[in-house]
Amino acid sequence: MYGNGILKGLSVTLKRFLDTYTEDISWMLRGKKRYNSDEGIRHRSSKDTKGIFTIQYPEEQLIVPEEMRYIPFLVYDEGADGKKEVLCTSCGICAKVCPPQCIWIVRSNDPNTGRPVPVPTDFYIDMDICMNCGFCAEYCPFDAIKMDHDFEIASYGRSVYNLEKLLKPTSYYAKIRPENYAREEEDRKAKEAAKAAKSAAAAAA
Amino acid sequence: MATAINTSTTDLVTRFPNFVTLDARTGYTGFIVKKENLVEVATAVRDEFGFDLLTAATAVDYIAENKMEMVYHAYKTTGGAGLIFKVQVERVDPIELPSLINIWPGVDFQEREAWDLYGIKFTGHPDLRRILMWEGFEGHPLRKDWKEPFFEEETKPFKSRWPDGQHTFAENKNPFRDNLNFPKDFDPEKYVVTGEDDLYMSLDRDSRKDEAGNMKTDHIVVNMGPHHPSTHGVLRVAVQLDGETIIGLKPVMGYLHRNHDKIGERNTYLQIIPYTDRLDYFNSMSNNFGYVTTVEKLMKIPVAERAEYIRVIMAELTRVQNHLIFIGMLMNDLGAMYTPSLYAFEERELILDIFEAISGARMMCNYFRFGGVVRDIPDDVLQKLKDLVFERLPAKTDEMERFLNENEVLVARLKGIHVLNADDAIKYSVTGPVLRAAGVPYDLRRADPYSIYDRFDFDVAVRHNGDMMDNYLIRFDEIRQSLRILEQALKQIPGGPINSQKPAYQVRVPAGEAYGRVESPKGELGFYIISNGKPNPYRYHVRPASFVNLTAVESMCIGSKIADFVALLAMLDIVMGELDR
Repeated sequence: MYGNGILKGLSVTLKRFLDTYTEDISWMLRGKKRYNSDEGIRHRSSKDTKGIFTIQYPEEQLIVPEEMRYIPFLVYDEGADGKKEVLCTSCGICAKVCPPQCIWIVRSNDPNTGRPVPVPTDFYIDMDICMNCGFCAEYCPFDAIKMDHDFEIASYGRSVYNLEKLLKPTSYYAKIRPENYAREEEDRKAKEAAKAAKSAAAAAA
Repeated sequence: MATAINTSTTDLVTRFPNFVTLDARTGYTGFIVKKENLVEVATAVRDEFGFDLLTAATAVDYIAENKMEMVYHAYKTTGGAGLIFKVQVERVDPIELPSLINIWPGVDFQEREAWDLYGIKFTGHPDLRRILMWEGFEGHPLRKDWKEPFFEEETKPFKSRWPDGQHTFAENKNPFRDNLNFPKDFDPEKYVVTGEDDLYMSLDRDSRKDEAGNMKTDHIVVNMGPHHPSTHGVLRVAVQLDGETIIGLKPVMGYLHRNHDKIGERNTYLQIIPYTDRLDYFNSMSNNFGYVTTVEKLMKIPVAERAEYIRVIMAELTRVQNHLIFIGMLMNDLGAMYTPSLYAFEERELILDIFEAISGARMMCNYFRFGGVVRDIPDDVLQKLKDLVFERLPAKTDEMERFLNENEVLVARLKGIHVLNADDAIKYSVTGPVLRAAGVPYDLRRADPYSIYDRFDFDVAVRHNGDMMDNYLIRFDEIRQSLRILEQALKQIPGGPINSQKPAYQVRVPAGEAYGRVESPKGELGFYIISNGKPNPYRYHVRPASFVNLTAVESMCIGSKIADFVALLAMLDIVMGELDR
């Protein structure tokens, strides 16, 4: 019969339409929140998702995976008396590897000796140029530059971030990337232990 | 054909001892042909040696040797290695070469590109206009002595960034705000755009004129785009109509042109990877794949075993989501607005979730590195991936077929509308699903296996009618074959390291040339790279599937109705990021 194919197709649409409500009812009967809850959002982006699929941004937000990357920031350790200990040594690898060349670093020199000291005087990233590739974070030997999760940076002006604006504490980094942070801490401790063992061995010899 | 096809040998030197020599430069392969005999040799390459598919034709500017070189890559649609032949001319304007358009019509756009970007004039080309730049543009941007606006240095990294990197806006850098060149005697007050006339005349280049040379008035020219929802981006197509029938058609492109090749030549090898993401932005993983395999070929490094599997998994996932989007967007073009495309987007979102969890970005993945990939797949993501591949995607593909395939309106719009036959598809260098739907089982994963595709059991999807219905259905076939590969890869994936090399932000690439190609969802994606041992490639060329496939659009559409044009264009599955580069 002419029209069979259309009816068959419409049955798929109808099923999807009804699925939304059967799912809603089943979540309600189980006493769980399907909308505006982490569990509901997670379910809607899993393989079992049925019916309505959309996430109502900005009321709801998709849970971003740890590896998600958006614009870089600089990490600092919170020292005693609230001093910011910047991890960056201004070695310039991030500026060299950056594909669109959006990183500008001013290296500081010791006023007495004139030799470079491992801390940047200033650090600029032009976020309008940044392509979020993550190379800077990937190749930084000091884990000093990392990719952020905060993607809501729309503004009316141009976004050239300076050192002040780029700095974020280690605790923030540990919060957005717990697994990476734990792994790097482990590596760092292992390295320090190896170094200590080496110097102890050297002292003994 | 009069002469027998000589399939066993590719020795052009023995065949043409007088005017063909081996390319003896270190790291180079292929033959160098004398300019005067190019057409003769090319004819023999096609007819005697059986290389029926000319995939890539591109130019190289050897400014130090004062030479311009045109490189041709010819392949057989039965598979196997290719034949590279080159022709060199002195780098003194006007640079002229004979056009090969009569032997391989598919070279049309690529010759126009070489004219546009390198200034090589192809004698015998019937419509040699600029293709990516606009008419009236001064200079040929890919020449080594051409500098772009806001030019800073020949190669990255720029010295102004470190150790004394005071940020400045590019537009403040020089007193002229930019360094655009204008043609001699250019006066903006008096400038008249001439490119349009050339375009319309090119539509009208046969007998559609009366004796006095005036255009007959019963044909109308319709410009579709560059802002037309069904041209998939900023493509403009000038269509000449006789009533509702298309009698002439010319695509106009370049609105998204950013000179990807030039950017690549400024970049270091590593820095190019994220730029390749932005070629065909639906399939960044495939683009990465093509680029890194080419550089690995040059570097002669192995790829870690686990990484090979991860690469195949990513490339095939990409294919699945690309074809789903293709189906959804085709429906949009046919007037079935939103519902099918949003159903397709659901599955795509789930695949992109996986890309995001692994690589960090949904579309601009930047996931491949030389020798492997950047990070391993976490266990929970691998489980999610398995659930998707083994349970959800097969079921959803079935559902999509149930939803659409028998729909009478769809069948009426697609069935029996001719797209391309096999001969024309080969002639126009069309690759990918469109070629296979025309009955040519040419799939690089089988024809010229790269990576570890030879380990998997899958069929090359092929259909034989070459109409729109076949072009549509073959996408479903390919999704199923991709799922087959994915299932095997996910079962066999071994443990171990994910990169054979140590992470390095500068790689050493020995001097030489390499052409690498992968079967991207849209066709053959090729990368032609010349290294001179420096940290940046000397020549970096992308042979995009969309761009070359579009060569066939004119012959595909002439004689069709204007209402079918939108669907015919959709069949080619073009994406402007790749087409315009």
